[in-house]
Amino acid sequence: MKAVKLAAMAAAAVVMTWSATASAGPTLDAVKQKGFVQCGVNTGLGGFSIADSKGRWVGLDVDICRAVAAAILGDGDKIKFTPLSAQQRFTALQSGEVDILSRNTTWTLTRDTKLGLNFAGVTFYDGQGFMVRKDLGVKSAKELNGATICVQPGTTTELNLADYFRAQGMQFEPVVIEAQQEVVSAFFSGRCDVFTTDASGLASVRTNDAPNPDDYMILPEIISKEPLGPAVRHGDDEWFDIVKWVIYALLEAEEQGITAANVDSMMDSKNPVVQRLLGATPGNGAALGLDEAWATNAIKAVGNYGEIYERNIVPLGLSRGVNALWTKGGLMYAMPAR
Amino acid sequence: MSDARTTSRAAPVVQTGPVQWAKENLFNGPVNTALTLISLYVLWLAIPPLVNWALIDAVFTPDPATCKAASGACWGFITEKYRLMLSGTYPYEQQWRPVVAMVVLLGLIGMSMNSRFWNIWLAAYWVVGIVVMGVLMWGGVLGLPYVENAKWGGLPLTLILAVNGIVFSFPLAIALALGRRSNMPAIRAVCVTFIELVRGVPLITVLFMASLMLPLFLPEGMTIDKLLRAQVGIILFTAAYEAEVIRGGLQALPRGQFEAGDSLGLSYWQKTGLIILPQALKLVIPPMVNTFISMFKDTSLVIIIGLFDLLGSVRLAANDPMWRPFYVEGLVFVAVIYFIFCYTIARYSEHVERLARKGERR
Repeated sequence: MKAVKLAAMAAAAVVMTWSATASAGPTLDAVKQKGFVQCGVNTGLGGFSIADSKGRWVGLDVDICRAVAAAILGDGDKIKFTPLSAQQRFTALQSGEVDILSRNTTWTLTRDTKLGLNFAGVTFYDGQGFMVRKDLGVKSAKELNGATICVQPGTTTELNLADYFRAQGMQFEPVVIEAQQEVVSAFFSGRCDVFTTDASGLASVRTNDAPNPDDYMILPEIISKEPLGPAVRHGDDEWFDIVKWVIYALLEAEEQGITAANVDSMMDSKNPVVQRLLGATPGNGAALGLDEAWATNAIKAVGNYGEIYERNIVPLGLSRGVNALWTKGGLMYAMPAR
Repeated sequence: MSDARTTSRAAPVVQTGPVQWAKENLFNGPVNTALTLISLYVLWLAIPPLVNWALIDAVFTPDPATCKAASGACWGFITEKYRLMLSGTYPYEQQWRPVVAMVVLLGLIGMSMNSRFWNIWLAAYWVVGIVVMGVLMWGGVLGLPYVENAKWGGLPLTLILAVNGIVFSFPLAIALALGRRSNMPAIRAVCVTFIELVRGVPLITVLFMASLMLPLFLPEGMTIDKLLRAQVGIILFTAAYEAEVIRGGLQALPRGQFEAGDSLGLSYWQKTGLIILPQALKLVIPPMVNTFISMFKDTSLVIIIGLFDLLGSVRLAANDPMWRPFYVEGLVFVAVIYFIFCYTIARYSEHVERLARKGERR
C-alpha cells in the first residue's frame, strides 16, 4: 500500500512540475519573441511549395505554415521560409533551424520515433501509382508483367515498386533516371511503358507535361500509403498541439462553411461549433496559449482547407479524392474543437 | 667561277580571297576535304531545325497554352519568369535593389580589370561599393525594408558567392602554398593536411557538411547563417585548389632565384614578395583562371543546401507545373548568362597574361 501511495505521490509530483512548465512551450515563446515562424519547405514542388513568378512562396505545404503563423502572430506573412532538400530536412528541424517542417514528408514509424519528429496531422493523402499510354491497352497494374518502368532513384518509390512486383510475382525492367524533368521526358518519348511516382505527381505530369493528356491514363491501383503532413520536434507538446489544432481548425472551417471571405460575418453565427472555433465563445485560444482569434486569423490568412486545396492542388489536375472531408467520403476528419 | 645564270622566273602568283583560303585550309588533301564535307553536312542537318526551333516556330508571349501548341521554343517562359530567374525569391517590389547592387559590383569589377585604375583609390572605391551593396541588399536603413539573406537569389547570389570566393580564397591560397613549402614542420603539416583533406572530398560534400553536420554540433537554437556557411565552404575549397596551382608556379622557378634573394640579404618576406611570388603567379595565370572559372560554375551546387543561385532560380521557375515542359528554354537562358561571364573571365586572363609578359617582349 505504501509503495502505491508513494508512486501516486511521485506521479502527482511529475504531473505538477510538468504542468508548471507547460504554460508555454519553448518554441512558442521563441516564435513570439522572434516575431516570425520559421518553416521548412520543399525547394520546389508544384502545388505544395513553389515560388511564383513574383518569388512569393505558394502551395499547400506553404499555406499550412502561413496558417500557423497567422494563428500565433495574427499575420500569415510573419514567416520565414527555409527551402530544404530531402536530405537536409530532418537536420534542419532537429537543430532548430526551422520550427515546422512542412515539406511533403511522409509520416512513417521510424520518422515518428527514431528521428524525433511528431507529425501534427495529415494534410494530404498521397500514394504511389502508375501512368501508362492508353494505346498500350492496359487497364490494371496487374497486367504490367514484363513492362519497362521509368522511376526516380533513391526514394521509397523505387522500393515500393520492387515490393509490389515481387508480391504480385511479376517481372519488370526499371529505367532509373534521377532528374524529374528527364524521367518525364523519357516516359513521353517512349523509352518506357510505365511511369511511376506519387499519384499527385502523376496527375500533375499528365496535365502539364503530356503532349496530349488524353493519350495517357493513370491506373486505378495505388500501391503505397504516403500520408503527408507537417512535423515538429519531439519534446515540445504545446507547439505540437498548436500546429495540430491549426490543421483541425482549417478542416473544421471547411466542414462548417467558413471561408476567408465570410469568416468575419460567421462570428455572429448561432452555431455553437462555429462560435467556439472562431472564439466568439472563448476558451480554446487560452487553452492553446494563443489569442482567442487564432482560428479566425488562420482562416483569414489562407482560407479553409478546401480553399487551400482548390487554389494549389486542383490546378495540378487532381480532384479531392480521399482528401475530401469525411462527410463527403474522404479521410479528412477534424477532432472537435471544444 | 662560272657565270651560269638561273633562268628567270615569273614572280609567284599570290592568290588571295576566300576561294583560295578555302582551298588552302579546307580542301588541301583528301582527308581534309572529306572532313570539311562531313562537317558541312552535319551543319546542314543541325542548323535549320535549330533556327526553326529557336526563332521561327518560337513563342515569345508568356502563355503556356500557346507554347504547348507550338513546335518551337517557348521564350514566353523567360518573359514570364525572368525576374524570378535573375533575382530568386528577393521580394518582388524591392528587386531594383539587387539590380543596382549588381551594376555597382560589375562596375567595380570592370574598374579593377583596367590597369588605369590600379592605384590606392581603387581600394577606396571598393570599400564604398561594398557598403553601398550591403545597404542595398540587406536594407533596414534609409527607409529600405530589411531583406534577410536567406531570400537573396539569382544572379546577384551567384556573383556574390563567386566574387567573394575569388577575393578571399586567393590570399588564403598563397598562404597555403607558401606554408606547404615552408621549412617549419608544424606549418607545413597544417597546410598539407588542410589541402589534402579539402581536395580529397567533392565540393558538394563540403557544402553538405557545412549545412547538415555543423548545425548538429552547435547548441540548439544557435544557427550560423546558411549563406555564410556556403560562402566559407566555397572559399576554403577554392583555396585548397588554388594553393596547389600556386605551388606549381613556385616549384617552376629555378633555385637560383631563391638563392639570389638570399645572397642579396633579403628577409623571407622581402624575397617572397619581391622576387618569388611575382614570377610564380605570372606563370600560373592560366591554371589559376581555370580554377576561378570552374569555381564560378560550381557555385550552382549551393542549390543542394536550399540556396537559389542563378541555376537554382531557373530550376525553381521550371518547377512551376504550368511551365515545367519548357525547362530546356530556361537552361538555354542560364547557359547564355554563364557563358558571357566565363568567356569574359577567359578573355580577360589572356589580357593579363600579355600585360604580365611585357618584360619578356623586347
